[in-house]
Amino acid sequence: MSNEFYIYLCILTPLLAFFLTPFLNKTPNFRDILGPIGGLISFYCSIKIASLFLDGEELGFVFFQISESLSISFNINGLGVIFGLVASGLWILASIYTIGYMRGNKEKNQTRFFTFYSIAIFAAICIAYSGNLLTLFIFYEVLTFSTYPLVAHKQNNEARKAGRLYMGILVGTSIIFLLPAIVIVWVLTGNLDFTEGGLLKGYISMEYAPFLLALFAFGIGKAALMPFHKWLPAAMVAPTPVSALLHAVAVVKAGVFSMLVVITYVFGIDFLTETNASVWLIWVSSITLLLSSCIAISKDDLKARLAYSTISQLSYIVLGGAIATNIAVQGAAMHIVMHAVGKITLFFAAGAIYVATHLSKISDLNGLGKSMPLTFLAFFIGSLSIIGVPPMGGSWSKFYLMLGSVEKQYLFIIAVLCISTLLNVYYLLEVPAKAFFLEKKSNVQVTKHPLTTYPTFFAALLTIILFVYIEPLKEITNLIVGIGK
Amino acid sequence: MINEIFGVWNYWIVFTLMMIGLYIVISKKSLLKKVVGLAIFQTSVFLLYITFGKIAGGTAPIITNNSEEIYSNPLPHVLILTAIVVGVATTALGLALIVRINKAYGSINEDEISAVDLVDYHEKFSEKKNK
Amino acid sequence: MDLIIKNLPILIVITPLMFSLIVAVLPNQRHSWFLTNLASLLTLFFSILLGIEVSEKNLISYHLGNWPPPLGIEYIVDKVSIIPIFIIAVISCLASSFAHNFFTSEVYNNLISKTYSLWLLTIAGLMGLVTTADAFNLFVFLEISSLSAVALVAMGSKVDKKALVAGYNYLILGAIGATFYVIGVGLLYGVSGTLNMSDLSQKIPELGLNKSVIVAFTFMILGIMVKAAIFPLHIWLPNAYAYAPSPVSILLAATATKVAIYILARISFTIFGTSYDIYSFESLRYILLFLSICAMFAGTVMAIFEKDTKKLLAHSSVAQIGYIILGISLVTKAGIASSFIHLINHALIKAGLFMSVVAMSFYTFKRIDATSISGIGRQMPITFFAFIICALSLAGLPLTVGFISKLYLIKAAYMSEGIWLPFLILLSSALSLVYIWKLIEGLWYDVDKNNKLKIKELPEIYIPLLIITFLNIYFGIDAGLIINSSYNAAEALLNGIK
Repeated sequence: MSNEFYIYLCILTPLLAFFLTPFLNKTPNFRDILGPIGGLISFYCSIKIASLFLDGEELGFVFFQISESLSISFNINGLGVIFGLVASGLWILASIYTIGYMRGNKEKNQTRFFTFYSIAIFAAICIAYSGNLLTLFIFYEVLTFSTYPLVAHKQNNEARKAGRLYMGILVGTSIIFLLPAIVIVWVLTGNLDFTEGGLLKGYISMEYAPFLLALFAFGIGKAALMPFHKWLPAAMVAPTPVSALLHAVAVVKAGVFSMLVVITYVFGIDFLTETNASVWLIWVSSITLLLSSCIAISKDDLKARLAYSTISQLSYIVLGGAIATNIAVQGAAMHIVMHAVGKITLFFAAGAIYVATHLSKISDLNGLGKSMPLTFLAFFIGSLSIIGVPPMGGSWSKFYLMLGSVEKQYLFIIAVLCISTLLNVYYLLEVPAKAFFLEKKSNVQVTKHPLTTYPTFFAALLTIILFVYIEPLKEITNLIVGIGK
Repeated sequence: MINEIFGVWNYWIVFTLMMIGLYIVISKKSLLKKVVGLAIFQTSVFLLYITFGKIAGGTAPIITNNSEEIYSNPLPHVLILTAIVVGVATTALGLALIVRINKAYGSINEDEISAVDLVDYHEKFSEKKNK
Repeated sequence: MDLIIKNLPILIVITPLMFSLIVAVLPNQRHSWFLTNLASLLTLFFSILLGIEVSEKNLISYHLGNWPPPLGIEYIVDKVSIIPIFIIAVISCLASSFAHNFFTSEVYNNLISKTYSLWLLTIAGLMGLVTTADAFNLFVFLEISSLSAVALVAMGSKVDKKALVAGYNYLILGAIGATFYVIGVGLLYGVSGTLNMSDLSQKIPELGLNKSVIVAFTFMILGIMVKAAIFPLHIWLPNAYAYAPSPVSILLAATATKVAIYILARISFTIFGTSYDIYSFESLRYILLFLSICAMFAGTVMAIFEKDTKKLLAHSSVAQIGYIILGISLVTKAGIASSFIHLINHALIKAGLFMSVVAMSFYTFKRIDATSISGIGRQMPITFFAFIICALSLAGLPLTVGFISKLYLIKAAYMSEGIWLPFLILLSSALSLVYIWKLIEGLWYDVDKNNKLKIKELPEIYIPLLIITFLNIYFGIDAGLIINSSYNAAEALLNGIK
């Protein structure tokens, strides 16, 4: 089978699920099983794509040509391989979990929910494998539009208001900043294809480069850099599987993925190092990182706390890109995976708790650890991974980030990372600590749904597996920065 | 110098008329006067064309035996015949509109018309408020 | 068939002209409507034939009444003029196909047949403007098209009496513009003794530096600028578009100013292009550039503060005309090509937007205030869908035509002026998002609980609306045709200069 076939299959599977789901409205079992099956097919394809990529094969095709230098095309690069694996792999887990959550919670409009869920995955995978900025932008917008009905799923006033903020910030930033940035790149270079070593090299002068980077950094609102971060906490009104898959994995990772792609394949790491165009971004992301950690502490709502934690963790990735050394970018790429797995564990756990007890405030969770041991254990493991304690996967990426900042002699970054780790410890471990060690309030009813518990625990195990089985990931990240070619 | 200025007196007339017409169109508040101004403006252009079509002492361009005879250029006259028709059409349409405006607004004064519009707007607005 | 092919350039003018006479005297309004559609379809058919001919021959010259130019009147169809010809033919077809219900409700009953007649007369005038190669004949068509357009605008007086005043202002300003043009033509004729455009372009350089030519050029350009509604001569446009009967708004918004811009390009490049090295028109170029930037911002800001939807779209047209003129004022191949790309694309965008807005206003019989009739999108989902697509196209999102034109315009601006001009273009298009968002939000989000308006979909507008919407997307995906024909047009226009 030709290599393009795998890309097609990987992309088209969620699209097919999108078209099939509305017709299976009457048979919920068939409808719900589509997700896991589609996830398996897509995941298989992304593994195949990853192994082909590691073999050094050229993968990609032009879907259609708009004009001479504009096209919708797909092309595999290292970052795309990683993001594709994450999106399709966690789709399996999330879709199983979603079934449990939606049924356990007796949500309305489940068919509409599953329909838009698959189109969001479709958009995320297309972003991962996109071969140029135009393709990336189009599917970036598709992702925004397809997740809007998910965010406003409850259809009450609060959900609608949140949905408006969500759309307003994401669409607004992308059209006002990102689109002009793409246009500028096209005007300067006459090309939008991702190029190894950077597309802009030699086309833009030193003075303008930071401004263009700023257009990109703030235009990619999904990366949730302050001050354009408000949409992420707002989106937490959505059902938890949405928060889990989309606002821990697909949407926000699409944002930071786009940032890293812009940094590595549009600007080029060498170019950024030479011109120091990204120094300001280090500061912005460091501030975002610290501030959002501080805000997270003040939040009592579990999902809101996780949302601010996500903002802070996304800034790690942007920071890695902004440091612009090979190792830091590798660390950032790894952190996409590590944070995705860790954060999805936490969100799964939060959702499982909500399904079982209908509680969402941290202060109400006292002593629940005994009735839901697996869930809180998973939460504990996930927290450790986010904090970066070995033997959880998160330690690798933090290690690489620190190495990168030492290499560039930005010692204050190490301080920033340390402070934020301490804050992480405080606001994340508070949850399992309260659950395990405090007295239980008497009137809490616990009705667990098995399909919410087991995916959560499996996701937690995955963080440990990723610590041990880091080698393939490292190889891919080596290829991203061009080591070992 | 004087020759330069007064030798082309016909052009002076043309441009004086032109400016009079344009001034009326711009400055007068009455819609009717504007149309009159427009007509003067257009007429000045007709004169302009005819002026440079005419040669002193020239006759109508009819072939005669006398090959020495000078005749005027007929083309500008023909063009102006067309332009006159267009001008008449413009004036007629303008006048027709004025009649309709007078029926609808009860006035052909620009200020009064906009005053009526303003009153209408406020009535609509207060209606909406009362609802 | 051979006879038809030989006479194509005049057929596209004469067909609507002849039909307009028949339509005016028909007693039955439905028959008039039918004949109007027939005439529009025939014109489209001839335009397509013409397009095929032009792609083979590059230039078709037609001598009216077999009088050879420069004395006789010549009609020319080349790669430049085929673009506006297509725009006029297509828009006329689409807009007249659903016009009947609108006219019966928005025009006095005894005037409906006359309205159709005026409609065809406008088409004939516009087609004539595009094809003629005779400077004075152009004036005649200018007046035919604008007088009938004025009458069409005034037909809207059944719904709102402001239409009369809007028509009157259009008439006065238009007549001044046309007279300015004819003064210019007269001065040119005075020094060169010819009216044929290609003949003029040869004779003007022979005159050397001549003050009359400069004055003539200024007068002609000023006159056309009024017709093209270039800032600050645009004041007639918003009211004329807003108060005209709905189908007329669509027709005018998509064609009238476009044709005027085409004439502007014709005059400055075909007639005066050959004498660029004699006269330094550079200063004029910068005046146009400055005015177009002013138009971009003034139109956008006016649109942001406007509540009436039709007027808002009209203000946005002023801004978009600014973009088109900006491309022309660069006087480079890329610039002119980009302005032709936007000429086509803006016609598609504005036609779609006006169509969906008039469909929404049909059942309410009043102006759509972006804030008063809220939530209308929920009652008319298909129309609203088309509206959103066209609005996004106006905003310049990828996969729509708006993106293509903005992209090429910015590139052309960057190549000849450096970084500041693209910056201004991007700034104004970012500002335009404000009113686009206001429209979408007003129509979709704010559901008024007390809103008891009975609004439903208007099926007869589906086909034209969806065709326009489809074209908006299709040419955004497969932009080759538009880009190539625009580059061909730019090349043909710049032939004289090089």
